[in-house]
Amino acid sequence: MKIHEYQAKNILRAYNIPVARGEVATTPEKARDIASSLKTKVVVKAQIHAGGRGKGGGVRLAGSPDEAFNAAKEIIGMNLVTHQTGPEGKLVRQVLVEEAHEIEKELYLGMVVDRARGRECLVYMASEAGGMDIEEVANKTPEKIIKAAVHPAVGFSPFQARKLFYGLGLNKSLSGQFTDIARNLYRLFIEKDLSLVEINPLVLTKDGNLVAVDTKINFDDDGLFRNPEIKALRDETEEDPLEVEAVNTGVNYIKLDGNVGCMVNGAGLAMTTMDLIKLAGGEPANFLDVGGGASTEKIENAFRILTLDPNVEVILVNIFGGILRCDRVAKGVVEAASKIEKKLPMVVRLQGTNVEEGRKILQDSSLTFEVADELYEAAQKAVALSHRGCR
Amino acid sequence: MAILFDKNTLVVSQGITGSEGSFHTREAIAFGTKVVAGVTPGKGGMDFEGIPVYNRVIDAVESRGANASGIYTPAAFAPDAIVEAIEAGIGLIVCVTEGVPVLDMIKVKQALKGSASRLIGPNCPGITTPGAGKIGFMPNFTHKEGNVGVISRSGTLTYEVIWQLSSLGIGQSTSIGIGGDPIVGMTFVDVLGLFEEDPQTEAIVLIGEIGGTAEEDAAEFIKSNLSKPVVSFIAGQTAPPGRRMGHAGAIIAGGKGTSEEKVKALEKAGVVVERNPAEIGRRVQEILAGK
Repeated sequence: MKIHEYQAKNILRAYNIPVARGEVATTPEKARDIASSLKTKVVVKAQIHAGGRGKGGGVRLAGSPDEAFNAAKEIIGMNLVTHQTGPEGKLVRQVLVEEAHEIEKELYLGMVVDRARGRECLVYMASEAGGMDIEEVANKTPEKIIKAAVHPAVGFSPFQARKLFYGLGLNKSLSGQFTDIARNLYRLFIEKDLSLVEINPLVLTKDGNLVAVDTKINFDDDGLFRNPEIKALRDETEEDPLEVEAVNTGVNYIKLDGNVGCMVNGAGLAMTTMDLIKLAGGEPANFLDVGGGASTEKIENAFRILTLDPNVEVILVNIFGGILRCDRVAKGVVEAASKIEKKLPMVVRLQGTNVEEGRKILQDSSLTFEVADELYEAAQKAVALSHRGCR
Repeated sequence: MAILFDKNTLVVSQGITGSEGSFHTREAIAFGTKVVAGVTPGKGGMDFEGIPVYNRVIDAVESRGANASGIYTPAAFAPDAIVEAIEAGIGLIVCVTEGVPVLDMIKVKQALKGSASRLIGPNCPGITTPGAGKIGFMPNFTHKEGNVGVISRSGTLTYEVIWQLSSLGIGQSTSIGIGGDPIVGMTFVDVLGLFEEDPQTEAIVLIGEIGGTAEEDAAEFIKSNLSKPVVSFIAGQTAPPGRRMGHAGAIIAGGKGTSEEKVKALEKAGVVVERNPAEIGRRVQEILAGK
């Protein structure tokens, strides 16, 4: 799960990691009020779930409350396009107005899970190339990234902070501040089940303080059950509406750009079905995994969600029944299709548990569809139908 | 012979009285698995269709000689169940549970170090040795006894491949789903090593997917340690970057973990990488015929 910058900063604050003073505003008036109460130059920053906001025009410096008003007026409501939003961009609904700092130096400090075999642990990453995309730094100048591993069974040890601190070549007077930030970052990572945290840049101000000026926190979705307060930070307006509905009905769905909609059981087979559509010369419209023990109702929801995508011209149902019985899938498809106005051509490939019963349910229904026995044949038939639709 | 699971494997089902645990235990028994005990804390003394239920894994080991465990508990309790099995000296632990937090798995991996246990999973369909039995939930009808070893990070895609093999008359020595999470117990490398040593296994099918470096590690291992032919397929060539494709571990992060990288690494190691997943069975058939 992703959250906004201002939410991430509130979390850092709660863990005693210094962040710039500031507040979030949904109107230009509120932005002006925040700027006047801060009594400093401010930065007005668009709050969307994507990086690269500065380059896209979503970050402005303001020397006075009135300038903050104007900046907020321009940013709120704008459709911000960055390298992470895709060409369609994202609507900005709110801005963060915060104190602007006199910058001496920009650093990077982050922590991720290292999943590599045999040394699963957490890893700090620090770099003097702050403010830049860390992946770019890693590709072009890997020597500029200093790493320090922490194993949760051992816990944080101050040498890890020293390894980073001396590697960064910071002045000795900052050692205490830096160690506190590193220690608190680890505590945050563990307590809130993070999958990634980045402070980029971590700014050394002209007056000799370290401050988190931008930050990104991603959570391990599987750890959310023990962090209900984090779950509450979810902003559904930042996500694709169909994906939100899918999450709320327990269906694993990711919207893509193609026109062949697919419904599959199991994540691996769902990815494979997308690959097959591509191999057959088509474009998948989505990833959709109904899961192992899906009920008829869940199948119905999944089918409905995938047909709500206006780009979908053909539906490919690919089910390998194990625990999930084919008759149950067939029932769900028939139920859903009978309630949906839009009639789309459909290719059905059922295999496995109760396959005969499933096929019979489909044949006895009023649905029109093509049947395929083999994996590739199913994809080819669906793609052929999708091409016909285009012409 | 097969690997990890054979006729001497005596299984305890942890979470046997739950809906998942009871369903999959019944299926395993129907497949011929020797399930000797169940564990559900608080329900010790009960019996599940003739199988004694205990409060603790150690009781199942001491009273019934259990040497393998299937864990079917919800995610919040799975790490506890795994560590309990490790401490009870269970040799083979299979955890099917989906949704175990990554940080818990880091600790579990630490608990495994230096222990006598091997862990398959979590978030996996388990292990099946046709003719001996299974732990997990691969559908019974797909399997056929034979000489191909199957390893995969997936569930249904694995059944699909096993079914392709069986339909062509090609049986399996052992099939293992190692799990779709970022951090799992046994890796491709661990399983490949066992297949190499197993006299029954003549060829290996390796089903990978995007995310992480398990396939690259496997390629490295195959290059210098494997004499048996390997056929592979990597799922997710059309997956968008930065999105978790169902499995928690199936994500292209920071441009790393793409299918192209994995295919390239495997091909360099002499693996036959099939682009069309519907053709995996036939590729194996050709290789076996060419021997």
